[in-house]
Amino acid sequence: MSELMKTPLNVAHRALNAKMVDFGGWDMPVQYPAGILAEHEAVRTRAGLFDVSHMGEIRVKGPGALALIEHLTPNAVSQLVIGQIHYTAFLYENGTFVDDLLVYREGDEEFLLVVNAGNCDKDFAWVQTHAPAFDCTVVNESPATGQIALQGPRSLAILQPLTETPLEPIGYYFFTHGQVAGVPCLISRTGYTGEDGFELYCAAADAPKVWDAVMAAGTPHGLLPAGLGCRNTLRLECKMALYGHEIDDTIHALEAGLGWIVKLDKGSFIGRDALLAAKAAPAHRKLVGFKTLEKRDIARDHMPVVKDGATVGFVTSGAPSPTCGINLGLAYVPTDQAVLGGRIQIEIRGRAVEAEIIKTPFYKRQK
Amino acid sequence: MFPADLLYTKDHEWIRAAADGTAVVGITHYAQEALGDVVFVDLPEVGAAIGQGEEFGTVESVKTVSELNLPAAGEVLAVNDTLADHPEAVNEDPYGAGWMVKIRLTGGLDGLLDPTAYAALVSAESH
Repeated sequence: MSELMKTPLNVAHRALNAKMVDFGGWDMPVQYPAGILAEHEAVRTRAGLFDVSHMGEIRVKGPGALALIEHLTPNAVSQLVIGQIHYTAFLYENGTFVDDLLVYREGDEEFLLVVNAGNCDKDFAWVQTHAPAFDCTVVNESPATGQIALQGPRSLAILQPLTETPLEPIGYYFFTHGQVAGVPCLISRTGYTGEDGFELYCAAADAPKVWDAVMAAGTPHGLLPAGLGCRNTLRLECKMALYGHEIDDTIHALEAGLGWIVKLDKGSFIGRDALLAAKAAPAHRKLVGFKTLEKRDIARDHMPVVKDGATVGFVTSGAPSPTCGINLGLAYVPTDQAVLGGRIQIEIRGRAVEAEIIKTPFYKRQK
Repeated sequence: MFPADLLYTKDHEWIRAAADGTAVVGITHYAQEALGDVVFVDLPEVGAAIGQGEEFGTVESVKTVSELNLPAAGEVLAVNDTLADHPEAVNEDPYGAGWMVKIRLTGGLDGLLDPTAYAALVSAESH
């Protein structure tokens, strides 16, 4: 096996006695000594600090930048004002996913695309392939960039003393530039946990300084360093998609319940024709949220959904929910079974167990 | 980490055999650490007869599930009912309050690892 890639915070994780795992070729903390449940609870009630430096950053700049990204993504990029962010995707011609991503509008002709770590090389190649027809430059800034996510209701109180930039006025899915602990950062009010919080992008070499400063400022507020384990349970409770689970190159954007990022009337983009056709035809499957009825029955990723002994769907993500106290999951099921309150069966180690389709997101924070 | 009065399996269960032909079984410190926070332990019925190396239950953590295999053949005399409400005992005290089943041994203790051999296995797996 080849050497695992390391983020600029690798030394910090080891100093905190994190349990490290191979996450798509990256040496990443799955949890710290407090454990997934404690870290999950810290993010929901106080704050957690995540190293997400493995994420990919691609900068697109030039007179053709807007047109290129409009061509590559289904959401309406022209609607973004400078300093605004939206969630979107790269789609193939058939409407399935190359990846999902965030688009940051840095200027009239400059955008930052934030993509999944495991797809970064593929995404960069995808953008490069289509770029020559547009007047712009495409740069993969991932190796030079550190990214730290501070998440939880105490985030604002923890971060504000470290920066002169007023944070309160930054709206959800907006960003600005400023110094945090003396380090130039892109300060983004975004996250993958369903809580208020900030994602800080900085030069890779400066990431440890930002990390240490936020850890020190956050500790009196009950902040914990938080690993990928609770990142998954947090995002699952909020029904946020994860590439390789809810979305991939076999699932199209409408089936995934992501119709809200698809602006069919914005003009042409890759995947539009397929999604127009999909919209006109009856959907044969749908992503639903469910809970199993027995405490002992915990559905896990990729388990089959069965009916009368036949496989009719699959679980995309499943776990015990620390916040809700029940066993949750997301699954693709035939449309005729995708009824709120309806029952489905999931095969867990050879046993078909009962689950009920329930409302999603499973968790929504009180604003 | 590797109590001297126990024998161990390659799958990270432990067994503490008593002089009266009974034994208590659980999972090791290394196993609970690898699993992370335990949220549910599925245990067999009292009276079940289970062979050596056969599955006697499952342990579910937040992030994964693992089969439990019996280190030695036996008949289940008791299961640790307190784990139903306090599965975290497996994390907090894997060799004590986190025990899982008590059995009457119906076979031998062959093929198990002594503390030194198990420590070497864990050391190899951790690197």
